[in-house]
Amino acid sequence: MDRIADIFAARKPLIIFTSVGYPTESRCEDAVCAAIEKGADIIELGVPFSDPMADGPVISAASQTAIAAGMNVHKVIAFAARIRSRHPKTGLVLFSYMNPLLHLGYDHTCTLLAEAGVDAILPVDLPLEERDELLEPARSHGLHIIPLVSPLTPEERIIRIVKDMSGFVYYINVAGVTGERAALPPNIGEHIAIIKRHTALPVAAGFGIASAEAAHAAAEVADGVISGSGFVKACSQSTESAADFTAELLRGMGR
Amino acid sequence: MNMHYGIYGGQYVPETLTGALRELEQTYLEAKDDPAFHGELDDLLKHYVGRESPLYYAKRLSEHLGGSRIYLKREDLNHTGAHKVNNTLGQALLARRMGKKRVIAETGAGMHGVATATVAALFGMECEVFMGAVDVARQAPNVDRMHALGAHVRSITDGGATLKDAMNAALREWASCSDTTFYVIGTAAGPYPYPMLVKDFQSVIGKETRRQCLEMCGRLPDQVVACVGGGSNAIGMFAGFEDTPNVRRIGVEAGGMGIQTGQHAASINGGKVGILHGMKAYFLQDTDGQMRDTYSVSAGLDYPGVGPEHCLLADEGRAFYEVANDDEAVAAFDMLCRYEGIIPALESSHALAFAIREAPRHGHDHIIVVNLSGRGDKDMENIRQYKEKHGQNR
Repeated sequence: MDRIADIFAARKPLIIFTSVGYPTESRCEDAVCAAIEKGADIIELGVPFSDPMADGPVISAASQTAIAAGMNVHKVIAFAARIRSRHPKTGLVLFSYMNPLLHLGYDHTCTLLAEAGVDAILPVDLPLEERDELLEPARSHGLHIIPLVSPLTPEERIIRIVKDMSGFVYYINVAGVTGERAALPPNIGEHIAIIKRHTALPVAAGFGIASAEAAHAAAEVADGVISGSGFVKACSQSTESAADFTAELLRGMGR
Repeated sequence: MNMHYGIYGGQYVPETLTGALRELEQTYLEAKDDPAFHGELDDLLKHYVGRESPLYYAKRLSEHLGGSRIYLKREDLNHTGAHKVNNTLGQALLARRMGKKRVIAETGAGMHGVATATVAALFGMECEVFMGAVDVARQAPNVDRMHALGAHVRSITDGGATLKDAMNAALREWASCSDTTFYVIGTAAGPYPYPMLVKDFQSVIGKETRRQCLEMCGRLPDQVVACVGGGSNAIGMFAGFEDTPNVRRIGVEAGGMGIQTGQHAASINGGKVGILHGMKAYFLQDTDGQMRDTYSVSAGLDYPGVGPEHCLLADEGRAFYEVANDDEAVAAFDMLCRYEGIIPALESSHALAFAIREAPRHGHDHIIVVNLSGRGDKDMENIRQYKEKHGQNR
């Protein structure tokens, strides 16, 4: 069974990132479940890291709060297992910097993730050059590694990045860190078209999407829409805000 | 090119930065083979920096200790007051070669920030320096110097608000503007190719030392000693003695209040393998794999990691990594001031502290070279506060 493939085959998924443990572990869980009940298809479970160098201020601050309250990889995996038991069809992706995974041990991490029912790992700071060290243990446990492509990635490199990969491709809409943007760049569609020349995998677009309009624009050109900082911000207000935020993005996507 | 040092090093960065690193690698490899590049760099090192820096026999200090002869490699006499300028000049030449009009840098003690601001002024480039808020407060004179040189200093309040956090902020900035901006990394760490090129630019220290020692003493030193934060001055010194196994290469990490207290910055002696800032290396971490906030009286050593080549040298026993605590470094600072009339940087005082510990164990024919990587003018307020806190003021 490939849950991720089934989800993309059924519809253009809404993919929601959450910084696990923010604002608290239980409120985060409520917000994620509310998002799933509204229609979010895949959840990226962000492992809070002390040095989130790819993240903007919202997710960085959320990570610090979560760490201060004792969140760690083990608890993120237990969190994933609870979501899995309540939502068997939702895609679950572990979104992490490499250090917490290395610290726990790649093989051990992958064993625990597979047991918890997680589908994939999205390693933020693991480019093509270093990928093999995680690819092997992930595959042996049936986990996808989600490759990332940026607007600065040249085509010859895209070819090497997507080759023999599984799950979906994450297209980073803008060069820079995570966070809301006033407007998305106009050429996302062109970049995604280039990626799709070289892979049959679906391509989801993320970074800077926090409104119905942005979700609409992304859904026009991508196979899936990813939102992170906006959802994390909504989580900090209330479960209802998180649900409303999800509903707004789905509305933008025409769902 | 091999991006790794054994299992260490590599290029653990978000995809967005990989293109900029490839561009830097290509530019550097071309420049490395270009005599014009070296001609310009050597000319600037001589006439602008004031190289070569002297190797100085610290006779009074050595006689006081009654053992080894201690020689000081006087990187503190360089323009800007530390070894950092050797590297920033090299990187600024690369930036110009790449057509970048703006440079950014991270800084801890502020010496690298000053050295970057200096070369930016020299080449007419815009400069922004990222500095932890704690360091902005404890290294105020360097903040003033950067401002005077026309640089903008961005104070970073994330995390422990020291060097690690400044580097996170600089990397974030770089991810959004690498097309126009060159990131000048100050130590032999970070993603490949930085550890390689920083080492190459700093290797002038070791090469000069080797020649000068042969001239002055008729033989090579028994030990070369350098402080290690990220490890740039040490790797530069060590580079001069790669094929001479009888020269013991010693790095000295910051022991802070003592390794056993957990309040230190000794990554090799107290850390484990991790991934941060684009490299696999030894890092100080907690039991969950979060990077720990470090502590040292010396802002320039206050970093939870260490360059990848040092990790490999340590594992293979080709260099040795010792620890000096705050109190030893401050005592060494005082001793050099009083016996030699030289005010050393608190960073360099860690290397000196080791030499002071070591010298009495040897005879007069034993030679220790200490890399005096920087001068201590910036540390006066820091030292005063330290002594006040520890009841050492007269």
